[in-house]
Amino acid sequence: MNNQTKKQKLSGGTKFLLAILALYAIAALFNFQFVFESFLGFLRMLVRITPILIVVFFIMAGVNFYFTPPKVKKYLGHGSGFKGWLYAVISGILVSGPPYILFPLLGELKERGMKNSLLAVFLYNRNVKIPFLPVMVFYFGLSFTVAVSVFIIFFSILNGLLLGWWVRDDKKVFSKAG
Amino acid sequence: MKKDLLKQSFQKTIRSFKISLPTMLGILLLIGLLNTGWQGYYERIFTGNVFLDPLIGALTGSVSFGIPIVSYVVGGELLEQGVSLLAVTAFIMAWATVGVAMLPLEAKFLGWRFALVRNAVNFVFAIVIAILTVYTI
Repeated sequence: MNNQTKKQKLSGGTKFLLAILALYAIAALFNFQFVFESFLGFLRMLVRITPILIVVFFIMAGVNFYFTPPKVKKYLGHGSGFKGWLYAVISGILVSGPPYILFPLLGELKERGMKNSLLAVFLYNRNVKIPFLPVMVFYFGLSFTVAVSVFIIFFSILNGLLLGWWVRDDKKVFSKAG
Repeated sequence: MKKDLLKQSFQKTIRSFKISLPTMLGILLLIGLLNTGWQGYYERIFTGNVFLDPLIGALTGSVSFGIPIVSYVVGGELLEQGVSLLAVTAFIMAWATVGVAMLPLEAKFLGWRFALVRNAVNFVFAIVIAILTVYTI
């Protein structure tokens, strides 16, 4: 019974959608024309974005097929060395998942010896998502997408260096204390 | 074995879409309302100031969260309504790299110092990347 109640709970996203629909309903009571125009604007956006979302779906499935969390562990775990930087960039780009899934995974990797700098590089590159690039190209153009992606990768390294410098790895702290 | 993995990949993707679709639809509906109500106002807030525009964009992106694709859609639609590219770029950068709402979760697994320093650095980088990108293209 308890489990059933849990399963029937609405997700945060659904609650958000319902809240916005309620906002539409309330606004319609005061100014129907305004809400009608807003809804037409929404439909125009939806029609424009749907074909891109279909492409995104298949690219995402492909990435999920070829790049799994165990592979990340293998490449970024303890002793990944200099190549770890490269793997951190690639994994950050290829691994998908919400923060509440990624943070526990990264926490586990940190316990296994992953450096703070590599964690920062990984997290920064989450902003370059291959499956989502068609959407970025669609809205901002190819040159913008290329420029921003290159900057993200470059700044991810800078990010890693800064984090490695400012936030000591636990291992070093322990060895000095010991 | 590969067939199973393929099935799992599609199931994972469907799950991701199921989770993000209501948020995306909600945000598109919200933008529909904002765009109708704010017609002509965006130009007054986003004046093209090289520091102020990305600062506002980065602040807005920092308090928002979700998968990056949602930020591209929001940013793209705002751009069409007259919001400057500087602001939109900082917004989409901060959306995925700065997570005020996720700070406690990040700190729980990676430590408070790491989470605070990373988010602060990423906030500054969002503004810097926005300026660099807009002046590169």
